[in-house]
Amino acid sequence: MSTAAPRTRLIPGGGFGSLLRSQTVVVLIALLILFVVGIEIGRPGTVNSVWVSNMILFAAPLGIIAAGQTLVMLTGGIDLSVSAIATASAYIMATHSEGGAVWAVLAGLAVGAVVGFVNGIGIALLRVQPLVMTLGTGLMTQGILIVYSQKMLSHGPRVPEFIIALGSSKILGGIPVDLLLWAPLAAVMILGLRYTGFGRLLYAVGDNRGACELAGVRVSQVLLTNYVLCGLFAAAAGLVVVGGTGTADMTLADVYLLPSVAAVIIGGTSIFGGRGNYSGSIVGALILTVLNSLLTLLDAPEPIRQILYGAIILILATAYTRLTD
Amino acid sequence: MDAPTAVAFTPKTRRFVMRYPALVGMPALLIAFMAVTVIIHPDYGSFDFQSLAMGAMPLAFAAAAQTVVVVAGGIDLSIGSVMAVMNVLAASTMEEATFGQSLLLSLAILVAGALVGAINGFIVVFSRVPDVVVTLTTGFVWGGVALLILEKPGGGAPDDFLALGQGTLFTDWLPTALILVIIAVAVIWIPVKRTRLGLLLYAIGSDRIAAFRSGVNVERTRFVSYVVGGLFSAVGGLGLTMTTGIGSPLAGVYYTLSGVAAVVIGGVSLAGGRGGIVGPVIAAYVLTLIPTDLIFLNIDPNFGQVIQGTLIVFVVMIGGLVAVLRARK
Repeated sequence: MSTAAPRTRLIPGGGFGSLLRSQTVVVLIALLILFVVGIEIGRPGTVNSVWVSNMILFAAPLGIIAAGQTLVMLTGGIDLSVSAIATASAYIMATHSEGGAVWAVLAGLAVGAVVGFVNGIGIALLRVQPLVMTLGTGLMTQGILIVYSQKMLSHGPRVPEFIIALGSSKILGGIPVDLLLWAPLAAVMILGLRYTGFGRLLYAVGDNRGACELAGVRVSQVLLTNYVLCGLFAAAAGLVVVGGTGTADMTLADVYLLPSVAAVIIGGTSIFGGRGNYSGSIVGALILTVLNSLLTLLDAPEPIRQILYGAIILILATAYTRLTD
Repeated sequence: MDAPTAVAFTPKTRRFVMRYPALVGMPALLIAFMAVTVIIHPDYGSFDFQSLAMGAMPLAFAAAAQTVVVVAGGIDLSIGSVMAVMNVLAASTMEEATFGQSLLLSLAILVAGALVGAINGFIVVFSRVPDVVVTLTTGFVWGGVALLILEKPGGGAPDDFLALGQGTLFTDWLPTALILVIIAVAVIWIPVKRTRLGLLLYAIGSDRIAAFRSGVNVERTRFVSYVVGGLFSAVGGLGLTMTTGIGSPLAGVYYTLSGVAAVVIGGVSLAGGRGGIVGPVIAAYVLTLIPTDLIFLNIDPNFGQVIQGTLIVFVVMIGGLVAVLRARK
């Protein structure tokens, strides 16, 4: 949306900045460990295998939304409709649960595909700024969902058992079920971005759209596919979220909008496109989840938690940007 | 688009229309919406007009706040939360105050608004993190601050203070809420627009690098745009207090998104550097009329949000389409 302010500066040739830039994930993991150690010192005995498995359970939906957000940001975009998509997907799934598992899940995912497609049409073909486009479609999705929910009052949403199992249970002595969705998805994301043509095109388009067009890349098709994927990821995450809470309501996934953007930024993906990867976002999602748990342990009132959470995100993002920029 | 209708215009009028499309288009759109409203609701009277003016006042200020930042090439997704902070500040301090004290408190809240805008602007400039991310996060933080000041909707303000936003002047058809919007926007925006600062805001909005090379202090100008935005948000928060009579910490969400909608519909380019403040302010009234009309038509007013979203998408899509077609020629 805007270029960085021009300034004369030295290109970081050494020191912590270049370490952070070349080994983002390692530094982030160190930070994550620091947080975990902080929790253990503050409340000895908190950190154990159950806690770790809980953290992964809670981080999975954020990680899945952040996957879509990573794809979109790599091309220099942003998707502010992800929380509306996730909420709508969960609700639509819950109101279609009588028709069987497959039908319900497909109905939920369809929401993501449709909204993502509309986003893609606007952004890829009509060159609307991603920020405005996704803000608009987010409003539309939310509004349509509210109207739809009032029509559905007679037979309310019911979250099926297998979705609850997906979002809140563990198997084999502690492996969260949602990790079984998140892990393969993460593998596909990481390998796909590195080794497939589509993955490399995302970096290329994000780095220089004009050059890609001149080189014969069908940029609009790449972007369109990308926003549909982002919508699908958000919809899938919505199903995991509603599995965790057990009830589908109108503000279900609102809390995920800020963390989904923050996890990607902290994870080292540039919002201007062309730089970053998904492994950073994964660690970003874990850091934010652990941070949340840390703030819960502090036992502070909700407003204070909210302020601290935002402030720490700002500090982390500032530190990352200033050290590597 | 321009050829057939513009033939009848004198060159001067035509130039005016082409240069300030929003100044012609937005009042026309508002008049069209008013006409539709009167047609579907023939009893439309001064009372309905007053509630329109009151309902749209906070949004008009949110739109003005967003316009200042967007014109300078930025975006502020924290405006709604800042308005909520100012709203609860006002409602919690003014509850027992006299009218005179409440006016003094209003001044203090304006200062607080500028200060909060300054904090936002400082973080945007200092952190070098993209403004979308910064203001999304500060919006979250200010939301927490609002909840900290007032846990749940409550508080109040002296009746005379409320009358400033809920009364009428001379006739029933001239609500004070409308006059307040005109005065506040004029008092804050005209000095900005008519001085060097306005030029700088538009300069960094239209081409930041060119502005930098011409010797503009880009960082300071961006900072100032958030300060002015914060000032408008504070006026919006006061307006919210006047029209609702209470402080509600969660009022913010609506004004952030609808403010952006008003800016887009009001003809301000989100790429920066283009558009004025009148378009978005009028768009605020159009956006407020939509749910009212839906109620008159016995349609679920929640469709208002759908229409608002659709309007944003359509306006920007048409803008994009025109640009794409022009590029092909």
